[in-house]
Amino acid sequence: MEVTEAMIDKLSHLARLRFTADEKGQIRGDLERMIHFVEKLDELDLNGVEPLIFMTDEVNVLREDEVKGSVSRDEALRNAPAHTDTFFTVPKVIKK
Amino acid sequence: MFSFSSIDQYHSSLQDGTATCLQAVEHYLQRINAQMHLNAFVDIYADEARTRAAALDLQRQSGRPMEVLHGVVIGIKDVIAYNGHKLTAASRILEGFHSIYSATAVERLLEAGAIIIGSLNCDEFAMGSTNENSAYGKVLNALDETRIPGGSSGGSAVAVQAGLCMVSLGSDTGGSVRQPADLCGIIGLKPTYGRISRYGLIAYASSFDQIGIFGSTIADVALTLQVMAGADDFDSTVSTRPVPDYTHGLKEKQDKPLRIAYFPEALDHPSLDPEISQAIHNLLKNLQAEGHQVSPVSFSLLDHIVPAYYVLTTAEASSNLSRYDGVRYGYRTSKEGLDINELYETTRSEAFGTEVKRRIMLGTFVLSAGYYDAYYTRAQKVRKLLFDQTQLIFKEFDHIFLPTTPSTAFRIGEKTTDPIAMYLADIYTVMANLVGIPAISLPLFRHSNGMPFGLQVMSNRFEELSLLRISDLLIDRQLKP
Repeated sequence: MEVTEAMIDKLSHLARLRFTADEKGQIRGDLERMIHFVEKLDELDLNGVEPLIFMTDEVNVLREDEVKGSVSRDEALRNAPAHTDTFFTVPKVIKK
Repeated sequence: MFSFSSIDQYHSSLQDGTATCLQAVEHYLQRINAQMHLNAFVDIYADEARTRAAALDLQRQSGRPMEVLHGVVIGIKDVIAYNGHKLTAASRILEGFHSIYSATAVERLLEAGAIIIGSLNCDEFAMGSTNENSAYGKVLNALDETRIPGGSSGGSAVAVQAGLCMVSLGSDTGGSVRQPADLCGIIGLKPTYGRISRYGLIAYASSFDQIGIFGSTIADVALTLQVMAGADDFDSTVSTRPVPDYTHGLKEKQDKPLRIAYFPEALDHPSLDPEISQAIHNLLKNLQAEGHQVSPVSFSLLDHIVPAYYVLTTAEASSNLSRYDGVRYGYRTSKEGLDINELYETTRSEAFGTEVKRRIMLGTFVLSAGYYDAYYTRAQKVRKLLFDQTQLIFKEFDHIFLPTTPSTAFRIGEKTTDPIAMYLADIYTVMANLVGIPAISLPLFRHSNGMPFGLQVMSNRFEELSLLRISDLLIDRQLKP
């Protein structure tokens, strides 16, 4: 499959990544080769095969509804690059 | 002068007073300092390890019985959380991050008396096969410093290889414990998916990831596994099956002949070093001559397992790594005047490395509208096919023998430019992660180029005891003249 610049723009937006013009050429080539590589799977006849989604045998693992393993606000804010006493801070989201 | 050969021997010398935990810690700190250029450690907890060792010595000398990992000096890969300590996945995006809780595995090691001596270098977010993709720089193979140690748990492998700790933890998503163990000449175990809780293990591909163990004896690896394995309230995917007593199970004598399968397609694969192929063929022949059942089994999916692995793991990674947004923790761009989307994009682009970005992009592609079924669902079907084929093999056999890697440790920089060439080096290891079975790399061989290489043995799900038994037997057999 040919990877176009428009595809790179769309995917990088979905992935919240940004590439410079130089990097774009590189990632386009890499992605094209990686996609070509995984297209080897097209050779297989998979009619009637169900996808395998979960690797664990455990189903509906329930526990008592007790508060444990949670962290305090102070601890939760400790690693944030920008915060007030009570919130994480981000640039203004709603524009007037 | 302190020396270490096994946890058992160490505990004997603690008990007869010929060694102390503090001596052990001082010994390792000295060795770590002397081997700094290997770049195996990213953080060393020197004072803390000394304090804990002294406290353990005091407890023991006051007559308190020793816990099973009393004084055992352990290093952990920089993807495993330890409360109050730096945790970065060797990525700039987690620059300055300190964990506010400990992984269940670490918690259990500490309860069993272990001393955590530091965190170990790795490929960024455990993505890589050479340990060249780290924000802290590459790790060197202690046997030949011009060569890579393997990855992604390169620091963990070198820490045991170079005698910088007794046992270490890595994580294995597609071979990241077994491959560096092979290239460094030590033992590396990836347990069954869900045998050890993943709580506190930084997620790369959640349906593949498993904490693994590096060690120099099977008994040490078995004991460490036993301590960490089992149900955990904080991981709903971990198995609730009881954990067998691996340590005692290892000592029980087994007389039944082994039932071993091997894949001719794998042993005669064009990418495999002929010496590695020959060594394994010879071993199989000898085992057969000794009365074990050794049979070729046809396995046609060999060339499809790496593509399936990369579709599924990159998809899971693109989702898992979306949490690094520069808001709640870690790195944030210093650029001003950005809107929220620009903040996310700039932060992530500045701080993720090239390989991580490549995998996020491929993962985003295979999950995107219009391609999801053709790539992602398709790979999940291949996973099912593989799972079923493997279960069929384990109806008739107890173990599958494979090489761990196609070649011995290559030169630093040799494969960095071509991602596909790099991915193909995972051909023998990704199968165990795709089907969730346990697998181990055993340091049995040495190449004419001077470097070690291993044998990979796989067993059925939750058959760690059987896997550890055959491993013990194969290593013993190798030691005999």
